[in-house]
Amino acid sequence: MAVEATTGSELLVTRRSFRSFMSEVFGPLLQVFLFVVGSAVVLGGLVILLAAALRGTREDIDLLQGTITILPQVIIDGMVRGFLYATIALGYTMVYGVLEFINFAHGEIFMVGAFTGAFFSAALASSGMLTTLSPILFVIAAVLLGMAVSGFLAMSVERVAYRPLRNAPRLVPLISAIGVSLVLQDVMRIIAVNTGLGFNAQFRTPDLGQPLILAQMPIADGRTIPVSIDSRSMIFIVVAILMLIGLNYLVNITKLGTAIRAVAQDRPTASLMGIDVNRVIAITFLIGGALGGAAGILFGMRVGTINPYVGFLPGLKAFTAAVLGGIGNITGAMVGGIVLGFLEAFVASYLSLFTRGQFSGASYADIVAFSILILILIFRPSGLLGEVVTQKV
Amino acid sequence: MMKRVSAFLIFALLGALLAACGAPTPTAPTTAPATPTTAPAAPTTAPAAPTTPPAAGMTGVIKIATQSPLSGPQAALGVGIRNGAELGLEQLGKTLTGMGFTVELAPFDDQAKPEVGSANAKNIVSDNDILCLVGHLNSGVALASLPDYQAASLVMVSPANTNPKITESGYPNAFRIVGRDDVQGAVGEEFARTELKINSVYIIHDKTDYGQGVAEFFRQNAEKNGIKVLGFEGTEEQSVFDSILTPIQAANPDLIYFGGIYSQAAPMFKQARDRGIKAAFLGPDGLDSPELLKVAGDAVKGMYYTSVAAPVSQFPDAAKFAEDYQAKYKEAAPPFSAQAYDAMGVCIRAIASAAEAAKGKPTRAQVLEAMKKLGAYKGITGTYEFNAKGDPVKSAYFVLQVSSEAGDPAEVWNKNAVVKRLEIAAP
Repeated sequence: MAVEATTGSELLVTRRSFRSFMSEVFGPLLQVFLFVVGSAVVLGGLVILLAAALRGTREDIDLLQGTITILPQVIIDGMVRGFLYATIALGYTMVYGVLEFINFAHGEIFMVGAFTGAFFSAALASSGMLTTLSPILFVIAAVLLGMAVSGFLAMSVERVAYRPLRNAPRLVPLISAIGVSLVLQDVMRIIAVNTGLGFNAQFRTPDLGQPLILAQMPIADGRTIPVSIDSRSMIFIVVAILMLIGLNYLVNITKLGTAIRAVAQDRPTASLMGIDVNRVIAITFLIGGALGGAAGILFGMRVGTINPYVGFLPGLKAFTAAVLGGIGNITGAMVGGIVLGFLEAFVASYLSLFTRGQFSGASYADIVAFSILILILIFRPSGLLGEVVTQKV
Repeated sequence: MMKRVSAFLIFALLGALLAACGAPTPTAPTTAPATPTTAPAAPTTAPAAPTTPPAAGMTGVIKIATQSPLSGPQAALGVGIRNGAELGLEQLGKTLTGMGFTVELAPFDDQAKPEVGSANAKNIVSDNDILCLVGHLNSGVALASLPDYQAASLVMVSPANTNPKITESGYPNAFRIVGRDDVQGAVGEEFARTELKINSVYIIHDKTDYGQGVAEFFRQNAEKNGIKVLGFEGTEEQSVFDSILTPIQAANPDLIYFGGIYSQAAPMFKQARDRGIKAAFLGPDGLDSPELLKVAGDAVKGMYYTSVAAPVSQFPDAAKFAEDYQAKYKEAAPPFSAQAYDAMGVCIRAIASAAEAAKGKPTRAQVLEAMKKLGAYKGITGTYEFNAKGDPVKSAYFVLQVSSEAGDPAEVWNKNAVVKRLEIAAP
């Protein structure tokens, strides 16, 4: 039986036409792109309509012009934020797909990735190589290192804290995950504080260039304000897209991917077919952790300062993004992250403009974003892409 | 399955019952301070000891507690407070040891979190040897802990809390040796208006009692004096400030005022400069830490901040303290450490005079009484006399400028210049 199953899947691989290859690897990317454009258009249109409707209520500034002036920058902010949530959400959704278990320690895996990068950059800086190293080489080396460390950490966490509880009631591994999350935070705190890196660790990079100015938006008093995207954010988006392509290839095309999907669909049957379930689960954690680690590195690079608690909030938001997109669905996780990022950026940037400063956007962004999220989930309980279960990992 | 679950439940219930019965037995209290570096090993007196002082004479253990963040993002300042108080107890504690008492420091870590501070406060008041407390760094944490201190009549002498509510909320046991945010916000606003000559400001705060409080006072004064307030936003964001900075960029203010602590300010200022925002920065004493310079680098060089505590080098009487601190802790004395030294001095003076009056180890209530009749205390950072609310009758306010020199941030920070020094009476 086992032999037959293997040859069968191999046949499938060789017979795959170029078109189906492209559609399985790049199709999800198209979907993500559509959601980026869609969110930008829908939310942008909404705020412009709102601004036009409320235009008469404010005399001191032209609301419509103010809205349009910052719109391109808000869209870019939303996209960057969205890709952050999306890359972390991939780890949640992979693990959920296979084990139906929410790995709450994933935010900390992300944080460990960021710290790996900080250690790496500190080591380079102390040997004087940081300024001479080519930026691209630095980014590649840091990302690979972060992926390796976080991937292996996630795999060991699975071995130590989750595998022994695999057949326990479902709440038990969840508690274990929360415990692991606290342990990782404080262990990293001890390491960071005692190695000279400090609690607020700096993530130094070679000079990655000035922000790219895409356009100049005119503003009332004859000034223009730039629409810019900094090089670190661009690196973030590029790497995130590459990771999504790689993941789609891995899950949809390779034999390992077939095994992962088989375990996700029916663990006992997959095991009867000769798939080493434990190994597949470990590899799933390795991949999810590696993605989280890469996200951590890119995040640290972008913000410049990290601390051991930096993973908690993005982790929580990414989990939300995974649910919003339809948990268990890879493309859904990306899409959910993008939508959540856009919602937050729009609310944070526009709320105080529309309420005459009565409600501070930054402090109420979460309330509004999550209220909209609840609304979406009321109408689509299985998430944005929840019905497309064929791609479930 | 059900059987197993219910068996487990029964077992858990039994366990809980046993634990509950076990609690009152005189086990060693598990209320050990969070960082036991200088802490005493388990208190020797039983927790249920009577509060009456031993009439026999001047014997017994007197403990003075500190509460400040010893871990977490604000540890740089919190550890300074602990160390300053420790040094104070070492050097000034002779008054008490000379009388025959044994003195000890009981440092607690409040993690800059109100709930941790309040939990620690319960532990502190349950140890009857603790007669006075030096702390906190964060006003929000102090306000959460004060009800417990008040219930036990424990004197709190704060080296750093500037929120007016500390002394305005009617706590008879709250004292501080620093100025207040209503004055500090006004000082900052006046400096921005007259010296920086700004016309518009965008105000950001961290939503804490301290940060929002001082930002609120800045705003009130700015609006009163004709500065245009383009925005007033609160945020708990720690790392990605995009969506806060975009509206700021569109509003193009002359000044960004940040009410909060350096750990949040540093990445925000850095990202603002990276985006090409050219507004000047100004903030309150929460920014007073070398960490600001370490993280934000060039973005904050030359910026101004107001403070209630100038660098140690500004106080002629504190030169010896700075040397001793460097020698003992192998680092330059951080902001508020000298104030912690003085707060400790105030505590010791009050306990000593209470002991003299009581002819033995005083109670907390007696220390509080002595505190109210303390008179002028001459410390290394100034002379302090408390008014009925617990504020110093007159306190100093400073405007400082971050040094533009290159070098190790911890050393450069001590070169920050005092641009202005004001003596203002408490309102």
